[in-house]
Amino acid sequence: MFEAFIKKLKKFLGLGAKPDADDVKAETQKLKTEAKKEVEAISKPAEEAKKIADAEKAEEAKTESSDPKNDESSIEEAEKVADKPKIGYIHMSGCTGDGMSLTENYDILADLLADMVDIVYGTTLVDLWEVPDMDLALVEGSVCLQDEHSIKELLEVREKAGLVCAFGSCAMTGCFTRYARGGQLAQPKHESFVPISDLIKVDCAIPGCPASPEIIAKTVVALINGDMDYLEPMLNLASCNLACGCDLQTNIVNKALCSGCGTCVAACPTRALEMVEGRPSCNKDRCIKCGSCYTHCPRAWFPEEQIKKDLGL
Amino acid sequence: MAFGTYKEVVSARATSKEIQKVAQDGGIVTALLTYALEENIIEGAVVAGDTEDAWKPEPTIAMTAEEIIAAAGTKYTFSPNALAFKEAVRQYGIEKLGTVGTPCQVQGIRKMQSYPFATRFLADKISLLIGIFCMENFPRASLQTFIDGKLNSSMELTEKMDIGKGKFWIDTPEGQKGLALKETHGYEQAGCNICQDYVAELADVSTGSVGSPDGWSTVFTRTDAGADVFTAAVEAGVIETKVMDDVKPGLGLLEKLSNGKKSKGKDECARRAEMGLPTPW
Repeated sequence: MFEAFIKKLKKFLGLGAKPDADDVKAETQKLKTEAKKEVEAISKPAEEAKKIADAEKAEEAKTESSDPKNDESSIEEAEKVADKPKIGYIHMSGCTGDGMSLTENYDILADLLADMVDIVYGTTLVDLWEVPDMDLALVEGSVCLQDEHSIKELLEVREKAGLVCAFGSCAMTGCFTRYARGGQLAQPKHESFVPISDLIKVDCAIPGCPASPEIIAKTVVALINGDMDYLEPMLNLASCNLACGCDLQTNIVNKALCSGCGTCVAACPTRALEMVEGRPSCNKDRCIKCGSCYTHCPRAWFPEEQIKKDLGL
Repeated sequence: MAFGTYKEVVSARATSKEIQKVAQDGGIVTALLTYALEENIIEGAVVAGDTEDAWKPEPTIAMTAEEIIAAAGTKYTFSPNALAFKEAVRQYGIEKLGTVGTPCQVQGIRKMQSYPFATRFLADKISLLIGIFCMENFPRASLQTFIDGKLNSSMELTEKMDIGKGKFWIDTPEGQKGLALKETHGYEQAGCNICQDYVAELADVSTGSVGSPDGWSTVFTRTDAGADVFTAAVEAGVIETKVMDDVKPGLGLLEKLSNGKKSKGKDECARRAEMGLPTPW
């Protein structure tokens, strides 16, 4: 499954797709580097980021003036467009917070949407009724079992998409929609909201309520770079759809793993967690089952190699 | 690789008498954080501050050198500093945050930086992460057990706690009292038993007493950011250093302890795996 995924990703990235794709590659490479720098810039103090941006501008100005390929034919432009990964954004039941989080990557958003990916499907984004073929489907929100349209769309997306990503906690775990009990207008019958993995196979998951702008940017860059090492935890998370504050108790504290580091409490978006005697204590009335606490716990899974790589250690 | 990746290791101490007076050992954490604050490398720090209850530290946001110095000294129980990050960044508006943590806390923070799933614009604000050497940590009730039950004193009377030379020490108005470490074994939290990181291998700078003479600390610089701050603090005369090879007991002892923690941690993981219990590494 893993190899198939890599193959798919490579196709998705347009790597090795064409024998004469060098120019396209160079262009993608340039965009990749830019995006990477942008992400790095996000994690640096503003001053430093500005310095880098200024330096880049100067560099760009230089290359642009000396770059003869600037006047490329429109045919090649068309090819580039054809090579971009096709992404669909599917909105099920949720608050649109993850989509809004995506747009908070102001600095890379324009490049991302215009040059790096092709948004082929999405409510409010694309005027299209039929679900087209796509490389990646970002599904936000849980699915309502009483809503036949949602179910039909989700199943169709699974058929048409190479990869399905549970985008945000509602899609991954059901999150706060788990507490729905119907009785609301416009359709009081809508009461059963489940993670999308209850109905379809999910390839990767990005939890968070909402998933942070940074994790979205990091994921996009990793996807475009084919950085499977970075994405691995998200592939592993795809099979998890029950995450909530209880997991900390049963899987960490009860398993003698907790060290009282407090990362879970820092990650909780609703202040449902507090430390009592050095251990997380979950207020069930506040917990929305987003799974952020368990996902962030260094004793749940620990990406040591990735951290060392990120730190240059 | 007993010490993880590092650039340089030295024996060091703060030159400030004010810091030396309150510091656990060489006062490196306090000196580095105050220096970074004064040089605007950080705008504030989350430290383990004292509370009304004796030896019940709480994550505290320090915006001045005085507040950092007030939190000096090791507390042998939990202060989950990550708890205060959101408040520091969102309420105090700190864009460049410094903090200090045990190896497990450093791991949690580093994971948050590499995979910031749910921590919107938080992890990227941490500009200086100082790690402290840590063999194990104690629930507060464990400390109370040694101090009340085995040392016939009280948390309130205890002015300083220390671990060194094979003993757990407390300073009280009646003088210093020591308890053999074998008496404290079994009271550490169980989560520590699987840990294999003694010298905070993922911090920007790590420091602790072991390897250096009394009143000095052993310091590893690891990341570029950590090395830059430490070097600048030394150049500014805030911290003085000695070559590690020239001091006693030296790196040999540190290596022995670090490797000991690694092998004990591995054994415990294997023991748990045999029982079908999960471990993260």
